[in-house]
Amino acid sequence: MRRGQFPPSGSAAAGALRRRRGKMADAVPAARWARAAAALLLGCCGAALASGIQDQAEQFFRSGHTNNWAVLVCTSRFWFNYRHVANTLSVYRSVKRLGIPDSHIVLMLADDMACNPRNPKPATVFSHKNMELNVYGDDVEVDYRSYEVTVENFLRVLTGRIPPSTPRSKRLLSDDRSNILIYMTGHGGNGFLKFQDSEEITNVELADAFEQMWQKRRYNELLFIIDTCQGASMYERFYSPNIMALASSQVGEDSLSHQPDLGIGVHLMDRYTFYVLEFLEEIHPASQTNMNDLFQVCPKSLCVSTPGHRTDLFQRDPQNVLITDFFGSVRKVEITTETISLDRDLAGFESKLPKDELTTEPLKYAEQLPVAQIIHQDTCMVRLYFRSSAQLTEDGAIPLPLPLLVAALEYMEDSSVFW
Amino acid sequence: MAAAAAIAADERARGRRAALSFAAIAVVLGLPLWWRTTETYRAALPYGDIEGLGQLPFQLAVPVAVVFAPGSVPGDLPRPLPFRDVQEMEISVNRERHLWLSLPCPSVQADAALHPLQDASLGSMTMYVVPETSSLLPQGISVYVGKHRSALVRQLTQVMSFTASSISAALSDRVPNGQLGPDARRHLKSSLGYEITFSLLNPDPKSHAVDWDIEDAVNRYVQPVLDKLSLVANFSVDSQILYYAVLGVTPRFDKESSSFLLSAHSLPHVINPVEARLGSSAASLYPVLNFLLYVPERSHSPLYIQDKDGAAVSTNAFHSPRWGGIMVYNVEAPASPQVSLPLHVDVDMVRVMEVFLAQLRLLFGLSREELPPEFLLESPGNEGLADWELDRLLWAHTVENIATVSTTLTSLAQLLDKIGNIVIKDDVASEVYQAVASAQSAMAELAAGHLHLAFQASKEAVTSSERAFFDPSLLHLLYFPDDQKFAIYIPLFLPMAVPILLSLAKIVREARQRKKEPSKMD
Repeated sequence: MRRGQFPPSGSAAAGALRRRRGKMADAVPAARWARAAAALLLGCCGAALASGIQDQAEQFFRSGHTNNWAVLVCTSRFWFNYRHVANTLSVYRSVKRLGIPDSHIVLMLADDMACNPRNPKPATVFSHKNMELNVYGDDVEVDYRSYEVTVENFLRVLTGRIPPSTPRSKRLLSDDRSNILIYMTGHGGNGFLKFQDSEEITNVELADAFEQMWQKRRYNELLFIIDTCQGASMYERFYSPNIMALASSQVGEDSLSHQPDLGIGVHLMDRYTFYVLEFLEEIHPASQTNMNDLFQVCPKSLCVSTPGHRTDLFQRDPQNVLITDFFGSVRKVEITTETISLDRDLAGFESKLPKDELTTEPLKYAEQLPVAQIIHQDTCMVRLYFRSSAQLTEDGAIPLPLPLLVAALEYMEDSSVFW
Repeated sequence: MAAAAAIAADERARGRRAALSFAAIAVVLGLPLWWRTTETYRAALPYGDIEGLGQLPFQLAVPVAVVFAPGSVPGDLPRPLPFRDVQEMEISVNRERHLWLSLPCPSVQADAALHPLQDASLGSMTMYVVPETSSLLPQGISVYVGKHRSALVRQLTQVMSFTASSISAALSDRVPNGQLGPDARRHLKSSLGYEITFSLLNPDPKSHAVDWDIEDAVNRYVQPVLDKLSLVANFSVDSQILYYAVLGVTPRFDKESSSFLLSAHSLPHVINPVEARLGSSAASLYPVLNFLLYVPERSHSPLYIQDKDGAAVSTNAFHSPRWGGIMVYNVEAPASPQVSLPLHVDVDMVRVMEVFLAQLRLLFGLSREELPPEFLLESPGNEGLADWELDRLLWAHTVENIATVSTTLTSLAQLLDKIGNIVIKDDVASEVYQAVASAQSAMAELAAGHLHLAFQASKEAVTSSERAFFDPSLLHLLYFPDDQKFAIYIPLFLPMAVPILLSLAKIVREARQRKKEPSKMD
């Protein structure tokens, strides 16, 4: 029931701006851009262009983003969905290698593979058979793990409607100059994607979430990749501008997995992601490969399903879109040519603003354990044990090796731990 | 016999009335009750005001005082200064006459002397017109712009403290794409606060023991600038030292100058490997500006940055829009090769801060625009920015804030239209009302020329509108396809509806039979 229809706002920049001063500089950006574009179009038959105009034209066709974000979601859990976790972690590795830092990646995994009791090699997740490449390693930062991967959290991350207590690493702090890569994998059907065997996200909800992102200008351009069965149904309903979508299979087709590893006992990767990753291995941060090559990855002979893509909502031609526009994070830099001159001999500056003296009471920990009673117990043996086998590191810290500590604590009657 | 028939007729009539009353209650009471209890709650929102905001009828007024020195008034004074159309904007010039004054001393002192006499409120500007032959201004210069809000001009020319490009940059998401200048995407967006982090990167602690007195430098050189900018936003400063932090790019060795060079096209790849270690994700939710000072390793010293033409950059620094800046600080090689490592290095903070503060100005968009040759600008000195530059920043931020509020509220209203499942609670509605009221008052203050009040009002408007749009309760209820809705309601309503409908059908059939019978009985 809608209370009061809102008339859609017409042309965006219809404000009449009246100023009451004269003008200083003559530069009119509008005429200059229009002239540059027209000149480029007319002179594209090989006429020599002045370098100034060419520079501006290059800028015109380039993406215009200043930062990159990635949201990588694996929507399955349980041991037999090993390949979905391996898919997501492999994409995470590639994206990190090409330059996007952890602070700009939101990784949502069920994360129950590496320490699963059925894993013959604990703390590893392999993506190639014969255990060639461990994509889990020691440098993985999972932002939403296990039961936190829900449809609600995913939509909250995308739309930004996050409770205020959420830490910064769990937020998508993109702005209107961010290019975002969204990769989803798992089990899907015609028009929906299953989240952790208990709920689903439909393509309508996803399209609405992207529309909310667009309305709030939370992205400049968005690349959506999905590797599930009938993946193309998930991007059918998008209607916001500047979205490019790739899927591993059409409606009615299943996406197949690539290769099982007999040692681990499950399939390690999905075909589409496997070939996408082989393609990404050849990309380095300065490469000029464009999106049309990504569309050709994994033809039907290799993938068995037919990968699809959708570019009608995207403003630029895919020919001009670099892979590193989404998968990497190349910053725009400028040389600093000016300095200001500071007076070196200026005396110490007294700040004009009143500094608020915050009266804080000294903080102390709440009394939780009866420490006095615990200290009373037999700890001499514990102390000697530490001193004899402690080694100093270069900066003077004493590491406490864990097995030693556990052994030492076994001597204590009370099993509560204190420092 | 007749009595039994009468009683049977009575029974049937009662049965008919009962069925009809059931149907009536179901339709009259039940349907509206079900409809009202299953709709999404939406508190009333001021859609009309939001639409009015969407038109953005900006009117920026700047109180200008024009002071004529004796001998400088041309004969035909009240001539209309020309106005011009830029895109959809109309610009006209208005001026007021003020008082007459005599100026005996050269320009800088004149500026300082005149400063106490001026109306120093934010956003105002005073122009002093001096005679053509006056010696106040050096030869060839016809306009001198001081570091407070005044300018000395030889004749009435058109001077202002903001230009079309900065205003269109502030309105960047409303102006169509092709008309923006290159500045629009470079400057920092207006925010309530900024976090500034100074980092010293020392990749080779075995060779260089670098010491920088950052606290003193911040208090002496950075704090004045931040105090001046405190009107714009809250700033917090922190610093750190990172060891074994290398740039991701290997510099080239240049035999001619026997130094190492970083070319301009490898600079974009420098930032990302370092950023992971800066810890900016642990900082506050405000935008973070990172200023890095890199002391190259002994094996890669001295290190210079090359620009596109191959020349070494004098500042040895580069910056990235909306991120921060990096400066390379070369340590002089010691005279004797047998000196003991690590070398003690005391960083010259003044040189470093000159570059960092210049980068801070560039990041905020306070760079000097191309001026015609007859203009002369006074350098702002230790304060870092002139008053009129602060005004310019405030104008841009105020306009940007109001544009953001308008976009946010308009998109909220459009979203509510498109997606029927979003609930609007009462506190969200009150935030929206507050945002609309603050935005309208900001525009009124802008039209009246009170920049300070306008900026405060625009900040409140932005805070309220962001809080309303990003309220966690606005997550739309999960989507139910139509067939699922039918699947839920049919088991509830069908068993109840079947007896009612059947009895109504029976009543209708009986009524039709009774109508037919009298004609038959004939």
